[in-house]
Amino acid sequence: MENEASAIALEAHELTKIYRMGAVEVHALRGVDVEFRESELVVLLGPSGSGKSTLLNILGGLDTPTRGTVMFRGQPLRMDSERALNLYRRDHVGFVFQFYNLIPSLTARENVSLVTEIARNPMSPVEALSIVGLGDRLDHFPAQLSGGEQQRVAIARAIAKRPDLLLCDEPTGALDSKTGILVLEAILKINRELGTTTALITHNAVIAEIANRVLYFADGRIVEMRQNAVQRAPGELAW
Amino acid sequence: MMSSLDRKLLRELWRLKAQVLAIALVIASGTALLIMALTTIEALEETTAAYYERTRFADVFAQAKRVPEHLGRDIAEIPGVRLAETRIVEGAILDMPGFAEPVVAQLLSLPERGPELLNALVIRRGRLIDPTRPNEVVVSEPFAEAHRLKPGDTFEAVLRGRKRTLHVVGTALSPEFVYAIAPGGLMPDDERFGILWMGHDALAAAFDLKASFNSVSLSLLPGTDEKDVIQRLDGILAPFGGIGAYDRADQTSNWFLESEIAQQKNMSRIMPTIFLAVAAFLTNMVMARLIETERREIGLLKAFGYGNLAIGWHYAKMVLVIGTIGVLIGSLLGAWLGHWNTELYTKFYRFPFLLYRPGPAGFVIAGAISLGAALAGSLAAVHRAVSLPPAEAMLPPSPPIYRRSWASRTALAGALDEPSRMILRRIIRWPVRAFLASLGLAMSMAVLIMALQWVDAIDSLAETAFERGQHQDATIAFNDLQPVDTVTDFENLPGVLSAEPYRHASARISHGHIVERQGIIGVPAGAVLSPVFDVERGRVEVPPGGVMISRKLAELLNVRAGDTVAVELLEDRQARVSLPVTQIFETYLGTPAYMDMAALNRIADDGRVVSGLHIRVDARSRENLLKRLKDIPNIASVLFRQAAIDTFYKTMGETIFIFIGFFVAFSVTLSVGVTYNSIRIALSERARELATLRVLGFSRWEISYILLGEVGILTWIAIPLGAAIGYGLAWYMTSAFETELYRVPLVLRDATYGEAGLIALTATLICAAVVRRRLDRLDLIAVLKTRE
Repeated sequence: MENEASAIALEAHELTKIYRMGAVEVHALRGVDVEFRESELVVLLGPSGSGKSTLLNILGGLDTPTRGTVMFRGQPLRMDSERALNLYRRDHVGFVFQFYNLIPSLTARENVSLVTEIARNPMSPVEALSIVGLGDRLDHFPAQLSGGEQQRVAIARAIAKRPDLLLCDEPTGALDSKTGILVLEAILKINRELGTTTALITHNAVIAEIANRVLYFADGRIVEMRQNAVQRAPGELAW
Repeated sequence: MMSSLDRKLLRELWRLKAQVLAIALVIASGTALLIMALTTIEALEETTAAYYERTRFADVFAQAKRVPEHLGRDIAEIPGVRLAETRIVEGAILDMPGFAEPVVAQLLSLPERGPELLNALVIRRGRLIDPTRPNEVVVSEPFAEAHRLKPGDTFEAVLRGRKRTLHVVGTALSPEFVYAIAPGGLMPDDERFGILWMGHDALAAAFDLKASFNSVSLSLLPGTDEKDVIQRLDGILAPFGGIGAYDRADQTSNWFLESEIAQQKNMSRIMPTIFLAVAAFLTNMVMARLIETERREIGLLKAFGYGNLAIGWHYAKMVLVIGTIGVLIGSLLGAWLGHWNTELYTKFYRFPFLLYRPGPAGFVIAGAISLGAALAGSLAAVHRAVSLPPAEAMLPPSPPIYRRSWASRTALAGALDEPSRMILRRIIRWPVRAFLASLGLAMSMAVLIMALQWVDAIDSLAETAFERGQHQDATIAFNDLQPVDTVTDFENLPGVLSAEPYRHASARISHGHIVERQGIIGVPAGAVLSPVFDVERGRVEVPPGGVMISRKLAELLNVRAGDTVAVELLEDRQARVSLPVTQIFETYLGTPAYMDMAALNRIADDGRVVSGLHIRVDARSRENLLKRLKDIPNIASVLFRQAAIDTFYKTMGETIFIFIGFFVAFSVTLSVGVTYNSIRIALSERARELATLRVLGFSRWEISYILLGEVGILTWIAIPLGAAIGYGLAWYMTSAFETELYRVPLVLRDATYGEAGLIALTATLICAAVVRRRLDRLDLIAVLKTRE
């Protein structure tokens, strides 16, 4: 309940997203209303195709909605401006993807500098990698790192710019539970230490235990919202 | 400090080094050819200009029969003349040791005292002649080389029917004989035609021209009207058998040289341009597909907040690096080839030195076009990638929608195995991409056909001109016109099977204000040995009145059959008549004009005379005949048809065929570059799919079949397509390539298509074999683990 009093970082109203595939229209989002408070850790749960990723992409400025608005700190995102979205992503949002999406030709340190070079107030790549516990793997290429390590590099890359929002799409989806826990600990640490508003997609219900709040998705809508009374530490989880 | 993006760029380039090299080679091929062609011409022109200037090559030339020495001063006083030099020019037949055929020589006098004012010799070995020793000669260097003559050697010569032994004291090159062609010849033949320089007094004595001259060269002051000088000079020489002065443009060696340079220019404008355009198209295509494979990373960079410009610049740098490598290789190669090529030309054309100082123009043009094409191709692809929302760009392209078309329900389709079905469906699903890939291969094959076509065309040209058009074994030219009875004398020589006279008259043909200096050949009625020959209609009988002119000359004069032209004979009586153009005929060589021999004689009004004969020779008594010919006075030259064919091919071999050789080599590079990249890109597009198949239990050969089968089919489609485009290019080439010296027929043997097709197939096979090794090493786990 500690976040209840804090300001709203991000809110969306009536978000609708329709994909057209040939003659068929796919409704990925059907009018979603949602808000995220500063420093909040929210988990988005739901089966595949329920609209979680679409929502996250739109919130992060990676995609545009068919209808609806997104407000960041009280200002609407200009969805029609490629430039505005780009600046929004550059200055405020950090992404973590299921498949890490590291640049294979760059070392861990260089993958992080790729982002810090264009950020306004970044931490050093070494610092970012130390936060995720990879201070000793700076000069390894992705191919020389395990899956969990790669994902932690991706997290370091996402947080090095000190983003206001950290958006993670199935960050543990490709990992075994032990490595997954390490990754979750890194995310939680950043959420706590930097106060980064964090949204995390998963379809693993157990992971929801670490959140302040859980949103349940089905068929393009939020069907249920649950406030966790207690946030559990990732180390206590098992799946 | 290098940015991470730049570091990524360098590592990617290194990872893709084989592909980078292949694309760079495609760019390099186009660049190198253009640079080679442009710098060769530049060097030839510069060398010619410098040579002419250093040796004081004359501006106006004139010949006459016999002009009193004191008139030299009158000529020098013509307004606008800077220098005038009189001399004696005569012909002789040489009997070279160990050489059966009679050799034709042109003798030129050197001033008795002091250096040559004009047309100065460049002594290569030995020294100039000593005026007190009348048998000393300087010989032209190419002739000396052909007969292994060196200072101190001697040989026999017949001067005005008198046999003399001449002593070689030196070898030299002259600006007047850069292209040394015997009168009536078409190509330089250094064995059978030589230039000799002798003392003025010695020549005057031998040819009975004491205190006289028969040739004069002038250099003019800048800004002088050449036509005016020529008119005044003709006025002075006319009473002494002057046959019309002419300027540099009509000087034989210079005319050939300029024609050759014009031809080179023509060729270098057309062929490398086509080639560069094809290379540009291929670069464009390959780069576009390479960028397509970077779609996910572009999405990722966008997700991090990199702007479109930053991403565009990143890939532009990638393209620029590849392009620059290509342009650099191309420039170095082009400059080296240009130098080599020019050196070859200076040997062929007999320049004493070579100026190869290429300016920046060629490099800038070639570089700009190549880089521009590469950038245009890739930036379009980058634009497509950045215009996607990053969320979409990062996803793999959604599975394409395949349909079961009517074709898949036929019995034939039922007989197909699944891998073949996959190949066919892919091609049918992306027909445009398949077509473009095929088109790329087809284009590289087309330029190959265009290059190889030259060999066919030149064969056909030689066959038409020398085999079908002419049937004589040798052509004899006399020093002076001879009565027509001479024909009988020659017919009675041992070994002569038949003889056919011809009459040649130097002339100016004009239509309106257009004037062409063009000799007219008189052909007897019923000529068979060397008739007028149209490339399509074959032998054409010359109508009894009027003049027949070749199509190219008709174009130059802007006349059609039925028009009237003014003809001025540049001979003794200088007859001027108006003649109807009776027919226009097509020929590949030169710009000839023909008349009926009797009609030409009537106009010239000097009785029934001939300039020379075409003869057929019995091979068994050839040796005997040649011996006799060496002793017959008044023969100016003997040209052998077989020798003409040989020198034609030799000349072609030394010039055009080498040029063509480069084109063939570069076409193959193009073909390999395109094929290799197509296969590599197809591999990177499909690595995941193929690895999945491997996991499902397909063997290496089976997945190779799926990947390479598609390339194979596209190559098969490319072959007929390439043949069609190649024909189109060859047609364009031959129609655009036309000079006064020769035209090129559009001839393409079936074998040429076959050779080009085979080369294309071989390139595909080699590239497929190389890429297949990568398929064997496909990392199944890694491929399946990364991205969805």
